[in-house]
Amino acid sequence: MKLDRTAWFGFVSVQAAFVLAASKASLADPAIPSIFSPSSTPADSIYHLALFVLAITGAIFVVVFSLLAYAAIKFRRRANDDGREPPQIYGSNQVELAWTVIPVLIVVVLFLAAARVIHAIEDAKFPPGTIEVTAIGHQFWWEFQYPGQGFITANELHVPVSDRDHPTPTHITLMSADTDHSFWVPKLAGKTDLIPNRVNNMWIDPHETGVYVGQCAQYCGTQHAKMLLRVVVESRENFDKWLANEKQPAADVASAADGRRVFESTACVNCHTVAGTNAHGKFGPDLTHLMSRVTIASGAAENTKDNLRQWIKNPDTIKPGCLMPAMQMSDQDIDAVAEYLMTLH
Amino acid sequence: MAASTLTVPQPEIPMSLHLRGRVGMWSMIVAESAIFTIFVVAYLYYSGKSLSGPTPREVLEVPIFISICLFSSSFTIVMGEKAIHRGNIKLFTVWLFATIALGAIFVIGSFREWYRLIYEHGVTISSSLFGTTFYSLVGLHLSHVIVGLTMLSLVLIFSLLGSVKQEHAERIGVLALYWHFVDTVWVVVLSVVYFIAR
Amino acid sequence: MLDADSISKPMFVPPEGVQARPWLDRVHEWIVTVDHKKLGLMYITYGILFLVVGGIEATLMRIQLAIPHNHFVSPQTFNQLFTMHGTTMIFFAAMPIVFGFAVYLVPLMIGARDMAFPRLNAWGFWMSALGGIILYFSFVGGGGLYGAGGAPDVGWFAYAPLTSPAFSVGHSTDYWIIGIFVSGFGSIATAVNIITTILCLRCPGMTLNRIPLFAWLSAVMASQVLLAVSPLTAAQVMLMIDRYLGGHFFDTQAGGSAVLWMHFFWIFGHPEVYILVLPAFGILSEVIPVFSRKPIFGYSIMVAATLAIGFISLSVWAHHMFTVGMTSYANAFFVASTAAIAVPTGIKIFNWLGTMWGGKISFKVPMLFSIAAVCQMLIAGLTGIMLSAAPFDWQLGNSYFVVAHFHYVILGVIVFAVFGGIYYWYPKVTGRMLSETLGRWHFWLFLIGFHLTFDFMHVPGVLGMPRRIYTYEAGRGWDVWNLVVSVGVVFQAAAILLWVVNLIVSYYKGEVAGNDPWNAWTLEWSTTSPPPDYNFATIPVVRSRRPLWDLKHPEDPDWKYE
Repeated sequence: MKLDRTAWFGFVSVQAAFVLAASKASLADPAIPSIFSPSSTPADSIYHLALFVLAITGAIFVVVFSLLAYAAIKFRRRANDDGREPPQIYGSNQVELAWTVIPVLIVVVLFLAAARVIHAIEDAKFPPGTIEVTAIGHQFWWEFQYPGQGFITANELHVPVSDRDHPTPTHITLMSADTDHSFWVPKLAGKTDLIPNRVNNMWIDPHETGVYVGQCAQYCGTQHAKMLLRVVVESRENFDKWLANEKQPAADVASAADGRRVFESTACVNCHTVAGTNAHGKFGPDLTHLMSRVTIASGAAENTKDNLRQWIKNPDTIKPGCLMPAMQMSDQDIDAVAEYLMTLH
Repeated sequence: MAASTLTVPQPEIPMSLHLRGRVGMWSMIVAESAIFTIFVVAYLYYSGKSLSGPTPREVLEVPIFISICLFSSSFTIVMGEKAIHRGNIKLFTVWLFATIALGAIFVIGSFREWYRLIYEHGVTISSSLFGTTFYSLVGLHLSHVIVGLTMLSLVLIFSLLGSVKQEHAERIGVLALYWHFVDTVWVVVLSVVYFIAR
Repeated sequence: MLDADSISKPMFVPPEGVQARPWLDRVHEWIVTVDHKKLGLMYITYGILFLVVGGIEATLMRIQLAIPHNHFVSPQTFNQLFTMHGTTMIFFAAMPIVFGFAVYLVPLMIGARDMAFPRLNAWGFWMSALGGIILYFSFVGGGGLYGAGGAPDVGWFAYAPLTSPAFSVGHSTDYWIIGIFVSGFGSIATAVNIITTILCLRCPGMTLNRIPLFAWLSAVMASQVLLAVSPLTAAQVMLMIDRYLGGHFFDTQAGGSAVLWMHFFWIFGHPEVYILVLPAFGILSEVIPVFSRKPIFGYSIMVAATLAIGFISLSVWAHHMFTVGMTSYANAFFVASTAAIAVPTGIKIFNWLGTMWGGKISFKVPMLFSIAAVCQMLIAGLTGIMLSAAPFDWQLGNSYFVVAHFHYVILGVIVFAVFGGIYYWYPKVTGRMLSETLGRWHFWLFLIGFHLTFDFMHVPGVLGMPRRIYTYEAGRGWDVWNLVVSVGVVFQAAAILLWVVNLIVSYYKGEVAGNDPWNAWTLEWSTTSPPPDYNFATIPVVRSRRPLWDLKHPEDPDWKYE
């Protein structure tokens, strides 16, 4: 039928487009968090396992699909069919045995390959010099504590690059303050969940400096979509510099004294901490070194003065449904606070 | 049809219609067992994990008397089944009454136990993980006992009104099967709550 | 032995000289019916209605996701949409359709006059129907957070503690719980009915070794319902106790465990997908032999594989939880059990291939859908194998790769098989054939749309896009894929529209079908189309798996070879 021929052609084109496009999908672009361009050992192990699994499943697909296509074409009823029924075959024990034993063997091989990687990642031992970070998931932002260093930051995780010969991995302890979350930065590792009343673990050892993006991967409420992640991997020196800065209390710039006064006397202090001031709130992100971050609201907006003002005035315009209320402050106060925040490097 | 030299095999007669009540009840028992299993798993998982409140060891007393009553009610209902199979409706009614009485003792005893736990020890469904899992599991069982008693009482009423006949023996058997299930669940719940996870 | 009653005539056409009954009478008859055929049709119609509703929800989501940072719907609305879409499709579209097929066909296939418990059958249907109504009432009555309509927004698997009173204020979550709880009773009742019917009501000669494969698959499906829906019922009772009686089952602040909910949910959730897919396999096992003109290859092995799938499916659940931080031993166990289930599933694919091999395949619409379903099962099974390798799942889990995988199974296998089944059995049910032309348009449009959407959907998953997000960042390489995925919806919607038109128009104008339009071999084709209320005037006596083949080929009956 003409419809069948045309439609079949359309269908095959879709498949061809898919195969072409999928293979050309820009994997080299570092901004794309592809699981097929790993930059850290856990992601790397998974990548190699994935190639192995894909090879096997690919082979199975080619063989079985070819047989199905062959059968559909070769055994179709011809136009000049005599109307008699074909030989009625009920089964064959040998054939059944063959196509049971071979899949069993394939399954065993896949299991062994996966088990090896599970063990390598989950039961890894950490060398001295491992950076310890505790990540606590909140609705809808990330708290990062560096317990060995004595400070807390938020949303953007800084870690040192790890040399393959002398690795300095980062071990992340994962907990949650409210509902379930999941830490997923595809180029660095598989995802691990943050679950309240439970302590989970993961580790990364990035091989190249750069910024790696990810986001929360377990539905946690209204703004799950904008609980973004940035992992900044830097050289050892830059990392040490960043550490040293984070350990300092907040900058106290005279020109921003007005703003600081407004900040400290409004409800801001109920939720936020600014080290060295009387703001000790724990419900929202630590703002001590807010300006060391490229984004605000856990990646929902760039860290600029205008965005800060808009955020303070009404967070729902940037991240509707987030848990920070509109502060109902006068424009003048908002300006002052924003100025103050801009000094918190 | 053409004359055939093939021997035509005789058709086998599969299982018959009259067993459908039992098969249906067994299927339901499978489903109910799955529900109870989940509550038992939750009870075992949380045993020892309560953050506050008295421990089971401190407040639970093994309910020996009411358990014996419930187990005996399985015996009495079997006697009742035998009676109705033989056509002795009067004897059946007596055994049925005994079953209900024993079941009622179990229910009343359970409520008295709960009263003691709530008012003397402050263990409620919201007081701790133990409270939540205890009342849920034991309560689920108790609700099944009450449903069973209701069904048995209905049959008792029908029997007293003269509507129950010998041909209803199979249906009584199906109800008895449910009752035996409820008893068996109590064996499990009793063991788990009062012995294993104490 | 055969029912040669009267000439087949389409439904509702009264005989010569007889007035049709008033419509109110006819509606009343359907409401109070205990006839398995009417109940089966009501199940299927109900399911198709909710399939369309769920499809609309999906369409709205895909419009929102077609471009990054879109403002078509608010985040609150989007979260309700994906929750309702998933819940609707699983519980109120797929399950009713699957039950409908079983309830309609099984008694006919085994030579019985009705199900074992006709009134329980009716009760089961109405409970399921009520559940759906309760769920959808939430839009009006839920009064959830931010007043944006009250439909539940916790995702179809409603993880704790998002469902605790602290994080789920108002009643939206309660509608989720109660809607499913109520329909769960209906499901369990129908499962009890199916099992009892198959065990107790088979006609003489119909040993378990001779029942059609669709009946076997329905029996195993029903057993899984008993074992899987019950844990969900239990978990929902626990959640209600938490929400209303101050219980702490999943209250992490009081020492409760969020992971325990996951275990209980997935102990239901995984067998659930087999509950949906086994009847689809059953349909394929009935359609493929008839259109290949050969018996099913390896009947006994197919039964054994079905039992194996049913059994193993109860042990794989935590492959949905590979990322929660279980020990390496626990993860490894679930890798093994999940990979193991691929073996009997693969065996089924090979046996369908073996059925087609050496046959004379006719590409009528039921067969088009069936062949596509088998090919798509192959792909879906292979992406499942990928996900079963736990470390691979640590990357792909909870991403659009998983969404693509499970839609491949549900749409690509189950819905395709259901379409095939409807084209196959519609003549039996109504007495008229569906239009082949419209059917082919339906097939090709849906095939192209399905592949546009769900093939390309794998890619954003691989590129790091998680699921359940109402929007996404522009610079991550996900944009063009999401657009293509959304475009595919247009084709699928057009196909569904054509299909519904086909269903309605063919009812009045379709070619009259007769008893046995496909020259098939199982007992349902021995009755008129539609079958009389009592199914068979005399209960048939059978001597093989294909009683009609024996009648049509007396010189070479099947029982010579069994």
